[in-house]
Amino acid sequence: MASNAAVPFWRAAGMTYITYSNICANLVRNCLKEPYKTEALTREKVHFSIATWNDGKAEKPVLRSDTPED
Amino acid sequence: MIRRVASSFLRRPVLALSRTSVRPLSTDLPAAPSADAAFVEAWRKAVPNIEPPKTPLSFMQPRLPTPSSIPTRLTVNFVLPYASELSHKEVDMVIIPATTGQMGVLPGHVSTIAELKPGVLSVHEGNDVTKYFISSGFAFIHANSYADIIAVEAVPVGHIDAALVQKGLVEFTQKLSSASSDLEKAEAQIGVDVYSALNSALSG
Repeated sequence: MASNAAVPFWRAAGMTYITYSNICANLVRNCLKEPYKTEALTREKVHFSIATWNDGKAEKPVLRSDTPED
Repeated sequence: MIRRVASSFLRRPVLALSRTSVRPLSTDLPAAPSADAAFVEAWRKAVPNIEPPKTPLSFMQPRLPTPSSIPTRLTVNFVLPYASELSHKEVDMVIIPATTGQMGVLPGHVSTIAELKPGVLSVHEGNDVTKYFISSGFAFIHANSYADIIAVEAVPVGHIDAALVQKGLVEFTQKLSSASSDLEKAEAQIGVDVYSALNSALSG
């Protein structure tokens, strides 16, 4: 069994499969015709709040609604 | 690997005689029981009035055994993270865009796990062909003629906008030639691959 089998170019560049797969999916979503495109982009939006901690104290959390490209 | 296996045979001749059974493939095993009998019994002794709780195992349908003769149709489960596109659909053939090339899957296909590249999945049922463009994913073909295809994003080919595809192809080809770091090159290459696949899906 070859331990140095040919790795895909993205793995050789340090990218994981999930990152690769998500990039592919984003590119496909951006090529859709109009009603489907907005549907897909709103479906994939993530909403989260980030709070950074400093010296054991939480600073004010920041609410973010990112689209997957960011 | 061959050297390692050969040396293990030489090292343990005594055990090799007693190890006559070969580990069965996962498709040849009998279906796992859907409820743990010992748990149910203990529950009924402790709490006779309430029904025993259902465990995840009881919600799952056991895998159907491999039939002795090849079935006439393939059963396809095509799922996306947000929807189940096809569920236990009986079809004649599916052509999946595997990284090793377009692979046609007929009933009775050998068990395979295939990684999918961006491309077109076509589902053939009689005279109808339904085509989906898949961004990437995996296809698991089981010995009992069940095919599980999972994709991150799949769109019917009719939903793709040709103008955006052309624009993207030009943009990424240009990014590829001007990319500097490995990561940028990889991203540009991914873009070129996906857009060229989209292009051939629209024209093919």
